[in-house]
Amino acid sequence: MSESALVGGPARLGGALARPAARIGLGIVLLFLFLCAAAPLIAPHDPYEQELMSALQPPSSTHLLGTDQYGRDVASRVLYGARYALLAIMVGDGLALALGTAMGLVGGYLGGAADAVIMRVTDVLLAFPYLLLALIIVAALGASLLHSMIAIGIVYTPQYARLVRGQVLSVRQSDFVRAARALGASSGRIVLRHVAPNSLSPVVVMATLQAGSVVVETAGLSFLGLGAQPPSPDWGALLADGQNYFLTAWWIATFPGLAIFIAVLGFNLLGDALRREFDPRAR
Amino acid sequence: MLDYLAGRFGQLLLVLFGVSVVVFVTMHLLPGDVATLLLGDRATAASLARLRHQLGLDQPVIVQYWRFLAGALSGDFGTSLRDNRPAFGEVLAAFPVTLELTLSALLLAVTIGVPLGVVAALKEGTWIDTAITTPTLFGVSMPVFWLGLMALLLFSEKLGWLPVGGMMPIGIHMARPTGLSIVDAALSGRAALVWQAVLHLILPAATLATIPLALITRITRGEMLASMHLEYVRTARAKGLPEGRVIRAHILRNALIPVLTVIGLQLGLLLSGAVLTETIFSLPGLGRLMVDAILARDYPVVQAGAVFVATVFVLVNLGVDLCYAVLDPRIRRQ
Repeated sequence: MSESALVGGPARLGGALARPAARIGLGIVLLFLFLCAAAPLIAPHDPYEQELMSALQPPSSTHLLGTDQYGRDVASRVLYGARYALLAIMVGDGLALALGTAMGLVGGYLGGAADAVIMRVTDVLLAFPYLLLALIIVAALGASLLHSMIAIGIVYTPQYARLVRGQVLSVRQSDFVRAARALGASSGRIVLRHVAPNSLSPVVVMATLQAGSVVVETAGLSFLGLGAQPPSPDWGALLADGQNYFLTAWWIATFPGLAIFIAVLGFNLLGDALRREFDPRAR
Repeated sequence: MLDYLAGRFGQLLLVLFGVSVVVFVTMHLLPGDVATLLLGDRATAASLARLRHQLGLDQPVIVQYWRFLAGALSGDFGTSLRDNRPAFGEVLAAFPVTLELTLSALLLAVTIGVPLGVVAALKEGTWIDTAITTPTLFGVSMPVFWLGLMALLLFSEKLGWLPVGGMMPIGIHMARPTGLSIVDAALSGRAALVWQAVLHLILPAATLATIPLALITRITRGEMLASMHLEYVRTARAKGLPEGRVIRAHILRNALIPVLTVIGLQLGLLLSGAVLTETIFSLPGLGRLMVDAILARDYPVVQAGAVFVATVFVLVNLGVDLCYAVLDPRIRRQ
């Protein structure tokens, strides 16, 4: 994504949603959020309840998406899994956004040694393939859902830092920032009141695009046994469960994977449309 | 060009130094230390202290880092806590499997993705363009670990066309001088083994290639469209050059420079994807080795693998940058 060419504000949201793909994306994201909120109301069964007598049942009217090896209802587990995906977005994407934005604002506004140090830190973090970096962070912290989310948050931090820094460098030269400085506003006030709000739209675009990646990455870590632990109905953990049975009970792995794919597609379609609208060069 | 090379090389050393610091610091954040891991929770304080002294864990952190760095530079990361073999040796032994997998996937993604992107751009706005670009949207959203499982279910279980996993049928033994299964099979002189090696590689490579293929197709299409409307292309047409030559020599050649960078950047994606792909297809590669080492808390192997992969990744990125600088003189002047 271009760092400096991203311009505009929330008013252009309508323009972005004019495309059918964007509306499909928004629809999927809204449905995802609705399912997260309504999971306890619409889940047909308790996602943790084991019924060993009805283990490995194929999809039927009683169990719409079948049951797993412990007789747990796959549909209910997939529904509750959406909440784990949302949690991953909130913690992982949120952490990356907060850390990266802070680093980008400080580096871009202060420049000099602070900027050089922050940029070298991002260089080093970007020197690792992203899943590898997540793996070694989880190795250090220990395998758990929270640690996998923190790891993914750290992995995506450099991208926000670079994006925000680029924005700040261009906003810093604008007349209204010069005016604020001439009026005697402090650096902190200029950054928080003038620079940060004017660098916001590209960050929102990136957060939407990264949300999909965060869902895939945290599910990937859970799939490897390094994220959510049993009996959590995290989508990646459900897939790992289903992997052992996929030749005889295809439904256990198929539906959680389909859920990941659709959710990620939704965020990607929406993010793509927002980027096209806010970044003239992406059109 | 020499200044550019020197600058890039300096950056490379700085980044590799940073990589060593990150790996060292991360491994020192561990709950408990290596001595406790080796001897278990029931070890006496005296035996723990003795082992810590032997391993140098009672030294100041800076001394420990220096020893780690000196070891890393000579390829000595200590021995695996699981089987007592040199950690770096295990990494080097697993690397060819990952290399073969990622290169095959990259080859698939480039040889299919670039032509598809070119065709989509030349047929912009037609049903052919839609037929190519719509699946790429799905491709970039696909979790590879799920796609791999579904591919196994369809092509191995239902259709029986391809093997379920591994690198060779069970019971077949052959010398592995290079570790690359197709090359080793070829060296053995048995055509049937080469065929088996290829069959075993098709599904993992195709699975891993999905996302890079989708990205390369989209980028190639975008760059082609951007180049098609530039003035020198109009000039070439005005001079009366045949359309085929305009496309090959003027549009494609310039569009491919940014595509090359994107292809280089895919390596990070491929190495990450290889971790998951190797798990699904039971391939004994570097990704699988790292995950097993983390689950078994075998930290020398984790450290050796992390430093090795990051170094390879950084060197490939440098190679791509240099290719880019050779192809586009403007980069050298920046």
